[in-house]
Parts: sequence; C-alpha cells; structure tokens
Amino acid sequence: MTPPDNSRRKKPMNSEPFHVRFKNVQKSYDGLTLVVKDLNLDIGKGEFVTMLGPSGSGKTTCLMMLAGFESATHGEIVLNGRPINNIPPHKRGIGMVFQNYALFPHMTVAENLSFPLAVRKMPKDKISQKVGQALEMVQMGEFGDRYPAQLSGGQQQRIALARALVFDPELVLMDEPLGALDKQLREQMQFEIKHIHQQLGVTMVYVTHDQSEALTMSDRIAVFNDGIIQQLASPDDLYERPENRFVAQFIGENNELGGTVDAIDGDIARVTLDNGDKVSALAVNIEGAGARTMLSIRPERVIIDPDESRVPQAIGGLVKELIYLGDHIRCRMTVAGNDEFIVKVPNAPGNRRLKVGEKIRIGWITEDCRALDAA
Amino acid sequence: MAGQVTQNMSLRQKLRRAERRKKIGAIGLITPLFLVMLIFYFIPIGIMLYRSVDNSEMSEILPHTAKAIQSWSGKGLPDESVYAAIVADMKKAYPDRTLARVGRRLNFDKVGFYSLLLKSGRKVAKLQGPPYKDALIKIDKKWGDHTYWTVLKRGLQNTTWLYLLASLDLRYDDNNRIVKVPDEQAIYLAILGRTIYISASVTILCLLIGFPIAYFMATTSTRTRNILMILLLLVFWTSLLVRTLSWIVVLQNKGVVNSILMSLGLISKPLELVFNRIGVYIAMTHVLLPFMVLPLYSVMRGVPPSYVRAARSLGATPIVAFFKVYVPQTRAGIGAGSLMVFIQALGYYITPALVGGPKDQMLSYFVAFFVNERVNWSMASALGVLLLVLTGSFYLLFGRRVNVANIKLG
Repeated sequence: MTPPDNSRRKKPMNSEPFHVRFKNVQKSYDGLTLVVKDLNLDIGKGEFVTMLGPSGSGKTTCLMMLAGFESATHGEIVLNGRPINNIPPHKRGIGMVFQNYALFPHMTVAENLSFPLAVRKMPKDKISQKVGQALEMVQMGEFGDRYPAQLSGGQQQRIALARALVFDPELVLMDEPLGALDKQLREQMQFEIKHIHQQLGVTMVYVTHDQSEALTMSDRIAVFNDGIIQQLASPDDLYERPENRFVAQFIGENNELGGTVDAIDGDIARVTLDNGDKVSALAVNIEGAGARTMLSIRPERVIIDPDESRVPQAIGGLVKELIYLGDHIRCRMTVAGNDEFIVKVPNAPGNRRLKVGEKIRIGWITEDCRALDAA
Repeated sequence: MAGQVTQNMSLRQKLRRAERRKKIGAIGLITPLFLVMLIFYFIPIGIMLYRSVDNSEMSEILPHTAKAIQSWSGKGLPDESVYAAIVADMKKAYPDRTLARVGRRLNFDKVGFYSLLLKSGRKVAKLQGPPYKDALIKIDKKWGDHTYWTVLKRGLQNTTWLYLLASLDLRYDDNNRIVKVPDEQAIYLAILGRTIYISASVTILCLLIGFPIAYFMATTSTRTRNILMILLLLVFWTSLLVRTLSWIVVLQNKGVVNSILMSLGLISKPLELVFNRIGVYIAMTHVLLPFMVLPLYSVMRGVPPSYVRAARSLGATPIVAFFKVYVPQTRAGIGAGSLMVFIQALGYYITPALVGGPKDQMLSYFVAFFVNERVNWSMASALGVLLLVLTGSFYLLFGRRVNVANIKLG
C-alpha cells in the first residue's frame, strides 16, 4: 500500500458549493429492511470520493440512486443545488462506467463513443472530432473501427471510460470498473483514472470493495457497512485513525486485543486485557469506565523488545510462526490470548532474528493503540 | 530433422491411441440417434421424394411396349411392332386390373388416356392376330394420333418430371416442350405464394406479440417468470387438434368473442372471425407463439440490464435506449424465433384446414389432398419436394445470418 501524496489533495471547503449531496437518504427494496439507512454525504466539486465496503453494504445502491436507476425511498439527492429525485437518468447528464463496461456489442468503438453525442444531436463533424479526442485521451486512437469483443479487458475499460467522459459530464460515476482486470493492469488503470481526474477536474464517485484501490485513488473514502457510512475520511486518516472496529478491521491489517476499560484519563484509556495485562491506549470510541473495548494496533506499529523507558507498556508474547517476506518478516504470535497477533518486523540491520517458540516482550506507543467499540 | 519427424509421428500416433477410446465412446453414444434418424427420418423422406419422379411401375405393367417404343423416333406414328407390343401388354394388364393404374397416370399428362386405355383394353381380347395397327385405330382413332404416342413414350420412362413440373404449374405440350399450363389451370404457384404470405404474416404477428412477452419474462421476478413459462408451455400439453378446435368455438358466429361483443353492443351482427384468413392468422399465431417467445426469452436473459442503463446514463431516452441498444442485442433471438415460426408455418396443415376457408389452404393441404382423395402419391410427393426445397432455401438464406446455435428453447 503506497501512502498517497497528501499535498495534491483537494479538501472540500465549506464555502464551496457541494456538487452532490445525499440528505437523509434511505433505500428499501422490500419495505421491510433498509439497504441504505439515513445516508448523509456531501461531495465537493472536483472531488474524488470512493464508496468502499463489502458486498451488500449499500454502496452500489447509493451509486445507482445517484445515477437515477434506483429511487430513494426517503430523503433527497441534490446535484448542483437541484434535487434530482424525480429527474430521469438521461436528463441528469452524469457519466457512468459500469462493472462490465457495458460497451454496446453491436457498435464499433467509435459508434459507442458517438452515442452520447448523437443522442444530444451534436453535428457530425463535431462528433467525430470529440470522439477522436476522447480516444486519444485514453491512448486508443487506433481502435475506433474495432468492435468491443475484439478488445482486451483493459482496452474495453479505457473505451468505457472515454465513453463516460466524451460528453463532458461534470460528474462521473464508476461502479467497480476495474474488478475484471488482473492485478497489474488494475494498478496501471488506477493511476490512469487518477490522472484523467486531475486533468479534467470532474467530480468522480467511485465504488469498490478493494481497499487498496480506494486508498490509491481517492480524496476521501466513505466506508460503508450495513447501509451506514462507518467513516468518511481521507485515506491516511482512515488507515491511521479508524474511528470504529469495523473500519480498523476493513482497512489494512489490524490486530485486536479485547479488554475492559478501567479508567479514562483525558485522551488515554487504561485497559485491562482479557489475560489480566494492563495497557494504555488512545480513547477513541468507548463508552466509559467498565465498558468492553477492542484495542486496535497495526502490525507495523508493534515494537519488539521496547525500550521501556520510552514505551510505557510492554506485554509478553509467544512467537508461533515466522514467514520470511524479504523486506520484512511476518511474525504470528500469541498475545493476551489472541493467537492471530501479527507483527511485521522490518528486515533491517540491528533487528534481532526471532525464533519460533521464543517468548518476547512487545509494546507500542500509546497513540498507535486505539481503544474502539467492542461491538 | 528426420528424427524429429518420426518423433512427431509417434507422438501423433500416441495421441491417436489415447483418443481412440474416447472416440469409440462418442460414436457409441451417437449411434442410436443416428440409426433412428436414418430409419425413421431420412429413409422415409428419401422414398417419399423419390416417388415424385419414380415411374418404374409403368414399364412393369407395359413391359413390351416400353421396350418397343424406344425404337420410335417420335415422328409420325410408330410401326406395327409397337402396336403389337401394346396389344400384348393390354391383353395381360386388362384382366390383371393394372391397366387402370397406367391409365390414371397417363391421364394426368393427357386427359382422355384413361378412357382410351380401358376401352381398348376391353376390346383387344377379341383381336385376332396381326396386323394390330389398323385394328387399334379402328377401336379408337386416338391410336392414330401421334400426340398420344408422345405421351405414352414419355410415360413409359422410368423417371418422370411430370409431377414436379405440375407442382410449378408447368407441363409438356404436344411437342414434348415444357410450357406453362393455361392460366385457369395454374394453381400451385399461387398456393406457394399464399403459403409464404401466410407464414410471413404469422411470423410478424408472433414477433409483435411475442417480443413484449419475452421481454417481460426476461425482466420480471423469478416467480412471475415461472408462472408465465408454465402458461406458455401449457400450449404444448394440449393437442394441436384440440387447440385449433377450441378456436372455432371461440371465434365462430355464435362463439364467445362474438357473443361478448354483441352483448356489449359494440357490433350488431357477428364478425366473420373463423373459416377465413383471420381465423388462420389467429389460430396459427397462437399455436406458434411459444416458438417465438422461447428463443427470444433465452437471448434476452443474456442481455445484462447494464446496457440499457449505460444508454440511459449517456443521455438516451427510454425509447431510444430500447430501439438502439436493447433490440439490436436481441437480434439473434428475433432471427432464431422468426426462422422457427416461419419454417414451421410453411408446413402447417391441420390449423388452416380446420379454421380456414377454401382460399386459405396452404401447400400441405394439397399434399394431403393428393394422398387421401386422389391417391396420387407422385403429385403429393412432388408438392412435398416443393415444400422441402422452399423450407431448405429459406433456411439457407436466413439460417446462417441467424446463427443456428442460438436456437434453443430454454
């Protein structure tokens, strides 16, 4: 996971008008259960927002409501300050890239790209000029006469992207557009989409269940679960400062230690782990003294044989398994009853080699250990 | 190089040996089907088709004449030996009662031959010795007319094109040339045209009615789809005859439709809905509808909803998205369904026979007519050939475009 470059990020400012606003949006298909429960989300102009979550979390439904293929059961969706609940999809002017590209198989690439322009009654010479530009943008200039079936997955993906952009929409939606590509191509396309986004300055709403994709591309990520946005934050915030247990578990690798809160001292919670060890952690999402909590520590933030003068807490662990991964060694250990506790030990000079069965001390900086809800 | 070649050869042999068992298994599986097709399909059809040109019966009944007439040039009258031969044949064939069969066949070519043969057959028994030429002409002066001899010579060949020509409204004239039959006798080309016209109309009706049904089935919930599927397949569980007869009940003058329309005051006298072309269209469309709906449905199920959605998101109205994006993708289904309906309609017999009037009968009706009423298998076969060629050519014409692999029923 490459931590994204923060400097280029455009944070939405409150003074700026929101491009898209979900206001108390609910969606139910059967009248019994809500697939989307009270969604509130503001997306700024030119922002790249990703809706990330496991399947069935409601993220695609939200995208479909925005595109106009599903209607909101309750609440309001506002586009450019105008409620669009009752506007049919073809009048919304939103570009969309579908999961399986949805390139029209009976049309050539150029005809596919002309389609949105032709239905807008654009003159023919203008159309061919715009189609040419769009094809150049995705480096597919040579392929206008091919049929979609004659293209590889990655090429189809580019054409789908070009088709969604060719009519100059201000908002582009993408529904897991890279899901069908292999890993290498996917990473390449992620950067291409990101670059096109920066070039054109369009607002993009991107749906994926792939967290590394979300972290790579987005300005902000809305993590969905169970029809609710669990956390809406920039990639680094999301990874380093998860606000609840679901986000901590869903984004990146995470170690959990169960315990009970003894006391809260400002930002710091004193926690007794289930095996009786006492540690302190950053109080993020706990109800108060006496409540259950789940401590969350990233594997790369665990310190082995800590200097106890600098690191306030150190507890014992038993090395169960070592996997050599070149740049680091992945160490699975038993810590406070959790035998899936992972530590990433950098393969750096001075780090001592661990042995399976060895009992060691581990610790962490208090801020790296977040006391979250136990739910 | 040489070593490599032998190595390749042996590799190929090894592969062949390994594949042999698989191949034997495959042949074993396909053999029963192949035999059934051969015995119950290709052989009977082959025999049927052969009957349209088979004429060997004639030379079996009149063997001497068949041999003797070969020497006749076709100009003037044949010589005494031919007259002697036919007298000998008639003497045998008349009491055997086979002469009438010859007469019937020759009468098809030239009217009057039947009575000529029977009359002569009755009288030749009394003829005493040669010369027969004058004696026969004395019995009937037609024996002195060379056109009858032309017909006889033509009729004694082992194969005849007479019936196939007749099915195309053609015949031989007295000079053995192929000409059109007089307009008042020409019927088969008109029937052929009518058959194609009715089949095409039924196909279009099936498409217009079937497309929305298939679309609804492909897009609705599984439950509704299953109910619709059962309703559609219900048609196959009732016999064709019952279904057709029930249309008579519904459509006749005092039938359900007319009663309702009259009691509602919409019409004052019953509509003519049956025993005419309308009845044929209604009943045939009903019977053939599943063959349109099923291939359409199976193609439509494979069209992901995202295509129409993509079109909508690109700015197309629902109607434009439907006709420009959805319909083209169901082309395979439209083609397969239309071909199935059209080809089946071409051969329809019972339905038009029961609910149509005399001017709504199709080619198959005349096949049955010649078998059942005229006992003229040759003409029935010739019309059968015509129907087969018609069907085959439509299949060749459209089958390739449609891609036959798409014709499935589920």
